[in-house]
Amino acid sequence: MAKLAAVVGIGQTHYKTRRGDVSIAGLVREAAVNALEDAGLGWDDIEAVIIGKAPDMFEGVVMPEIYLSDALGCNGKPMLRVHTAGSVGGSTALVAASHVQSGMFKRVLTVTYEKQSESNAMWALSTPQPFSAHLNAGAGGYFAPIIREYMRRSGAPYDVGIKVAVKDRLHGARNPLAHLRLPNITAKEVEDSMMLWDPIRFLEACPSSDGACAMVIAAEDLVGQSPKAPAWIRGVAMRSEPTMYAGREEVNPQAGRDCAADVYRQAGITDPRRDLDCAEVYVPFSWYEPMWLENLGFAPQGEGWKLTMAGATSLDEGGDIPWNCSGGVLSSNPIGASGMIRFAEAARQVRGDAGAHQVEGAKLALGHAYGGGAQFFAMWVVGANKP
Amino acid sequence: MKEIAVVAFSQSDCLAQAGAANEVELIMPQLQAVFAQVGLNNAQDVDFVCSGSCDYLQGAAFAFVSGVDALGAVPPIKESHVEMDAAWALYEAMLKIRMGHAESALVYGFAKASSGELPIVLSQQLDPYYLAPLWVDSVSLAAMQARLLLEQGLVTQHSMAEVVVRARRNALDNPHAQLHSETSLEALLAEEYFVSPLRPSDCAPVADGAAAMIVCTVEKARQWGVPYARITGIDHRIETHNLGMRNLTDSVSTRQAAEAAGALGGVVEVAEIYAPFSHQEIILSRALGLGDETRVNPSGGVMAGNLMMASGLSRVGEVFRRIAAGEIGRGVAHATSGPCLQHNLVAVLESA
Repeated sequence: MAKLAAVVGIGQTHYKTRRGDVSIAGLVREAAVNALEDAGLGWDDIEAVIIGKAPDMFEGVVMPEIYLSDALGCNGKPMLRVHTAGSVGGSTALVAASHVQSGMFKRVLTVTYEKQSESNAMWALSTPQPFSAHLNAGAGGYFAPIIREYMRRSGAPYDVGIKVAVKDRLHGARNPLAHLRLPNITAKEVEDSMMLWDPIRFLEACPSSDGACAMVIAAEDLVGQSPKAPAWIRGVAMRSEPTMYAGREEVNPQAGRDCAADVYRQAGITDPRRDLDCAEVYVPFSWYEPMWLENLGFAPQGEGWKLTMAGATSLDEGGDIPWNCSGGVLSSNPIGASGMIRFAEAARQVRGDAGAHQVEGAKLALGHAYGGGAQFFAMWVVGANKP
Repeated sequence: MKEIAVVAFSQSDCLAQAGAANEVELIMPQLQAVFAQVGLNNAQDVDFVCSGSCDYLQGAAFAFVSGVDALGAVPPIKESHVEMDAAWALYEAMLKIRMGHAESALVYGFAKASSGELPIVLSQQLDPYYLAPLWVDSVSLAAMQARLLLEQGLVTQHSMAEVVVRARRNALDNPHAQLHSETSLEALLAEEYFVSPLRPSDCAPVADGAAAMIVCTVEKARQWGVPYARITGIDHRIETHNLGMRNLTDSVSTRQAAEAAGALGGVVEVAEIYAPFSHQEIILSRALGLGDETRVNPSGGVMAGNLMMASGLSRVGEVFRRIAAGEIGRGVAHATSGPCLQHNLVAVLESA
């Protein structure tokens, strides 16, 4: 059996288009120091550092853990670098947790980041490869046809994505760290914004951010050494499937369904909408909220959009299952950290430490990340109560 | 703590250029080989998969994504990836087994390093603000390290060449080796310098290829009924990136990892050391406290063929092979990453 582990410290940077005030090392250190302060700990209390980020080409640094060892107080300690596409922030949290859950470590620091202003993500994602079609489409171009297929199958009204875009930005306006803080955003403004990859409009897409997120994860017997309430890790799961294969369900990927079933089983969740108090789910393009509502079992197939339109996922509308109270990926997106921000924000909710975007009385929350062609999934469930 | 067993290992030939073969084509034969060793069909028959690769060697973001195509991941599998040598993927797999979420795991590493100029590509591992813009390549940094050793009398050109002679000779028994020959000190010392004081033969060749391994709990290994070696210790440590703050004539992190892995507490019959430069084998042998009773790199080590992102895993695999064959009872494997041995992993393997 896995050893009990909990998040005892969380640190984030503020997110913005360009953090010209710090180097890459400065950025990760800012998040790490914030996490250590939150945990009431110092560098010497950390036994290992687990770092994650999206492709090295996003900043042009090969295997950056080598350069970041000093900034993260890692000298003389183990340091591991995880890279699993867009899900990496979540996967890194899971690998960090496994250091403690395996019983091999008592307390570890995990950090993820992206400093997208250092390079051009669109270029980095589009380098031509021998024997492969050169798409040069970026992520939005890849996902737009899948979204169109969802719209066709479900018969969802055209403005579901617009509703999500507004809702997550209103959530983001409550979060002082968010990149996009748009308290006065309207549906008309989203609808009038430029169409980038039909049906994804500019304001229905995530921003490109600089930022970092860090967590301290501790074993059961050390949890009490940190002053704030812990977030107990109640379930961990990852799943992968190939980008393409005959009969692949791209709208509602099996890897996502399997991953959710696995993490729910561990956490004793039978009805996610009822059993969970909130969720932080990787929604980089607005329509992925209704799609993931179905993939993650919050709604029957073809009906995820009804929850969104009814306000069930909105904090401002008093929904029963608020999604992305922090503003989500639509409000802040340092790619390599985006998954960990989901995991960390889920933990903040059950620690009762989410400030103006706190879901009152949240006891159990889901953190979710996906990547590649919606083929890599990482999830955890965290709870206020010790399992 | 749950004991972990290595039950299968395979590595490709070290090829100077794998030609038109893509990464999947490099990986698949090794996966098929390890599955055959245990009697498995595919990645569906293990509980977890973890790989190591480097985007910059392929020249593409998400190099490992196409690697998943080699796995037959339908239905979906539990899978993860480190942007490191696959020895660290092995480490992650062991965590997964020890936490009870897997009984068995497939680990693999791969690269087609010939696609670029490796020493130049690796220069972009350096501090991006102060060092990388200078494009200091990995061979030049290693040459500086060798110069320090020579000036302090810690190695001689003669002792460096001895490492190469032994590696090439040992590689005669290694069917996957890229460089294998009976050569002499005189012949090597007559070579022109490449980056002084390093001669071409002091530097590991660049190779394309892949390696794969299956690990599992000891109970599972017994159930499968295959010969196995136990990993009785594993640890890895990193040092400062600031070369000026390190004693480059020593490998402090290797010694720390070796102590934590329990490598020093018994006879080491074989040590497989990831030393891409001849003088580094001497540094590492000292850091590991190896004496005359230890055979160092009987496979020829990476001087015989250096599979980037897989050579560390291959070092573990080479020790496993000898234990599984009953040749030895205890051995140590080492992997490295970063300029001048910045990050090091040590694993101890023992017979069942």
